[in-house]
Amino acid sequence: MSNHILTISPSPHIYTSSSVKSIMYGVIIALMPALLVSLFYFGLGALVVVLIAVLSCLIFEWLIAKFLLKVTPSLTDGSAIITGLLLAFNVPSNLPWWIIVIGSLVSIGIGKMTFGGIGNNPFNPALVGRVFLLISFPVQMTSWPKPIVSRLAYTDAITGATPLGVVKEGIKNGESMSGLMGQLPSNLEMLIGNMGGSLGEISAIAIIIGGVYMLIRKIITWHIPVAMLGSVFLFSGILYLANPDVFVNPLFHLVTGGVMLGAVFMATDMVTSPMTKAGMLIFGAGIGILTVIIRDFGAYPEGVSFAILIMNAVVPLLNKIKPKRFGEVKKNG
Amino acid sequence: MLKTFTKGGIHPKESKFSAGNKIEILPLPKTVTIPISQHIGAPAEPVVAKGEKVKVGQLIAKSTGFVSANVHSSVSGTVVKIDEVSDTSGYKKKAILIDVEGDEWMENIDKSTDLIKDIKLSSEEIVAKILESGIVGLGGATFPSHVKLFVPQGKHLEYLIINGVECEPFLTSDHRLMLEKGEELMIGVSILMKALKVSKAIIGIENNKPDAIKYLDELSKQYSGIEVAALKVKYPQGGEKQLIKALINREVPSGGLPIDVGAVVHNVGTALAVYEAVQKNKPLFERIVTVSGDKLEKTANFLVRIGTHVHELVSAIGGMPYGTGKVINGGPMMGKAITTLEVPVTKGTSGILLFPEKESKREEIQSCIRCAKCVSICAMGLEPYLLMTLSEKGLWDRLEESNVTDCLECGSCSYMCPAHRPIIDYVKYGKSTVIKNIKSRKN
Repeated sequence: MSNHILTISPSPHIYTSSSVKSIMYGVIIALMPALLVSLFYFGLGALVVVLIAVLSCLIFEWLIAKFLLKVTPSLTDGSAIITGLLLAFNVPSNLPWWIIVIGSLVSIGIGKMTFGGIGNNPFNPALVGRVFLLISFPVQMTSWPKPIVSRLAYTDAITGATPLGVVKEGIKNGESMSGLMGQLPSNLEMLIGNMGGSLGEISAIAIIIGGVYMLIRKIITWHIPVAMLGSVFLFSGILYLANPDVFVNPLFHLVTGGVMLGAVFMATDMVTSPMTKAGMLIFGAGIGILTVIIRDFGAYPEGVSFAILIMNAVVPLLNKIKPKRFGEVKKNG
Repeated sequence: MLKTFTKGGIHPKESKFSAGNKIEILPLPKTVTIPISQHIGAPAEPVVAKGEKVKVGQLIAKSTGFVSANVHSSVSGTVVKIDEVSDTSGYKKKAILIDVEGDEWMENIDKSTDLIKDIKLSSEEIVAKILESGIVGLGGATFPSHVKLFVPQGKHLEYLIINGVECEPFLTSDHRLMLEKGEELMIGVSILMKALKVSKAIIGIENNKPDAIKYLDELSKQYSGIEVAALKVKYPQGGEKQLIKALINREVPSGGLPIDVGAVVHNVGTALAVYEAVQKNKPLFERIVTVSGDKLEKTANFLVRIGTHVHELVSAIGGMPYGTGKVINGGPMMGKAITTLEVPVTKGTSGILLFPEKESKREEIQSCIRCAKCVSICAMGLEPYLLMTLSEKGLWDRLEESNVTDCLECGSCSYMCPAHRPIIDYVKYGKSTVIKNIKSRKN
């Protein structure tokens, strides 16, 4: 028995079965309901955009890791797949393939790998790519295929405005709020996702199902989504009560645009969100308030991407908020 | 709602495979190695010489200070050597090696199994007896027990808390003890209450031992002031501070002691040792040790003489299975991996665990993905990911400001990390450096 070689290592000697990989694939599973709704409403276009985004993200991550950073590429961890999926979810389903490829390069290259790859990026990579595209290709990035009728089309899809666009444009042109509401899909349709928009953001219901799955698997906690949705509702509600002719009702804010996708999947990105519960609550609330400010007072009809990126920049500051310690003794107390 | 502590905590797989194994007396070994330092504090000083005959229970090394403990022979026979030998820590430490001849006990020890309920000794005599008997905390911390029987001036003690939590996975020695030595335990608790002059005692037991809770709860009706409390299963509830919080909802202040909130904590094993010392005149020379592990054919709870080599325990369950990759002294969360089976069982050995090769190696370390799990599960409310980085970079002052000294070293952060980062390794290293710095500043 003396020739038996034993392993020595400090405690602990047992570990959770959770890994970076299992977390990432958990997020991918959670994205599936929204993807299915998107395939249902946008058909071919959604499929093409998602495949191009995911593939190009994987390829760029591999190339940059291998030839620029000279490290072993870690494609199997699933994080590049998530970036690809989220980038696709944040663009219209008729976006030309080469623009998607540029978006992927910016997301993975500038958004993630410049900082050293997984875990080190301060900004949500998919949103870095999305905002880059929005500023560089404003026309293509704001042409929205109509659901159902565009199922068999890709770049030749029939387009229309998003509900947020309709409201923004209408108010600018001095139309009455009640008249504008008549032009919009019903609340139920907007909840299910039967409206124009980025391909993964349309269905609040599908996104919430994914969110509940992540909560059960303990991939995310409730703090960021609840703080963000709560502050969107509260802040837009105050504005609505103050002047319902100019400001749209809070429920509309919750189910349109990227609020739900942002709250459940983008703001909760572990790498770019705060480490403490208090930090998470402030982070989520900040995103909510900024979103409503941009939507109601800014030039863009939608502000979730900008709001999240701005709050990403505040995260190091929010991480200065310390958790309450066990048996904390006040100094000089 | 079951009681538990409120901040952080994890729930690893319980794996209490040996919970149904009755306590077996391990056959006497041929030789024992008894280290003179089996406790926290100053090592004891040998009082026997090579060639000397000793009896079971005879004092062989004498305590050298207030925070120190006597060591007694666990066997009868001849002292063959006093030498530096590797103990479970892997370091060489002085030990007394004895060849076993027969099993002759000191005459004044009551070897009978008769229960003695009547406590004749006064408080002062009890404390003296505990000091004399070399009793240390048997939960694993091995802090000399008599030290915790002095209530400092200006402090008021309200509760004696008895730790029957056994929150480490695999370990069942305390569980079996509560089931099989329940009455002795109750009398031991009463003795400790008398020594501490306190009227309330609470035995905290996690809810995964319902048989022990039921049995002790039934027994407690015959003993005044002793209450049994069921606790929700959560690691590290066996930590003093967590247990106090769970039972009486008080937080021991950072840097403080349980007595600061009117409590003192002793382990169930310690309470049994106190009964045996005070009522039976039997010093601490044997303890219950769980032998268990993953995918073992046989598991056991042995009553083992201190100084018995680990290989004797492993042989008794049929030897080390093919493909064993790691042997752990203690529980899987805080125990130490040992290099060889030729090390002795000491007062702090609560279990010996055998793990297969596959579960012995660590996974590859990945980048931190800032999932914040380590922050949310830290039972002390610290930020383990940050402590690790500060320690890695040698930023000792910032590490001190970040309260690294509060760390319990329970290992929950490393356990939970999905990127398999060795968080607790760095935190322990940083904590020991910071403590050294604080000490050198004081001098």
